[in-house]
Amino acid sequence: METLLELAIAYALICVLVAMALCAARLLIGPTAHDRVLALDTLWMCGMLLAIVLGIRFGTQVYFEVAILVALVGFVSTVAMAKFLMRGEIIE
Amino acid sequence: MSGIEHLPGWAALPVALLLVLGATIILIGSLGLLRLRTFYQRIHGPAITVTLGAGCLLLASMLYFTVAQSRLVIHEIIITVFILLTAPVVAMTIMRAAVYRDLRARRGESGVTAGEVYTLTEGPDEGRSEPH
Repeated sequence: METLLELAIAYALICVLVAMALCAARLLIGPTAHDRVLALDTLWMCGMLLAIVLGIRFGTQVYFEVAILVALVGFVSTVAMAKFLMRGEIIE
Repeated sequence: MSGIEHLPGWAALPVALLLVLGATIILIGSLGLLRLRTFYQRIHGPAITVTLGAGCLLLASMLYFTVAQSRLVIHEIIITVFILLTAPVVAMTIMRAAVYRDLRARRGESGVTAGEVYTLTEGPDEGRSEPH
């Protein structure tokens, strides 16, 4: 049974990494600036999920704090970038 | 590799299923982000990543740590609630920024229309005459 779980964890890691690579490709080729912001938003979301899968893989709760920090910082940065795109300034 | 070999089989099976399902959904969402044509179609791709994929993976993590430590470990519910609260806010701010920028640049082929909410005046200095 643990072989099944190890296979599932390896599959999940590979899938999330490929998803991050696809987000990075959209971040590089995105024609407009809001495309790049959307790709960056998805990229940090995939990074947070990667931290959670790594937490299951190594069986420690340390990666939970990594995930929650990435979630907080990513939300704030995405909102700030979208606000900058919309108005040209962040705090008005 | 500290806790996996101590996990009983009846718990390893749903954890593995949730992991495979969530990872596949995340891959599909990112593929949609890369492959769809316009921005307004592309923004639907990450929505499935954020809701279903993250939900499956967080549920798998909660189940795994609850069984592995023989007590109720639901720390991940904090991340779940936070993501479910912030995902609509993020989508709405990015979408509003995209609509403003496309209208200002008069990019009609991107699929954005002014509707009847904003008035698009003709003229080269239209970008400066908006009420913001």
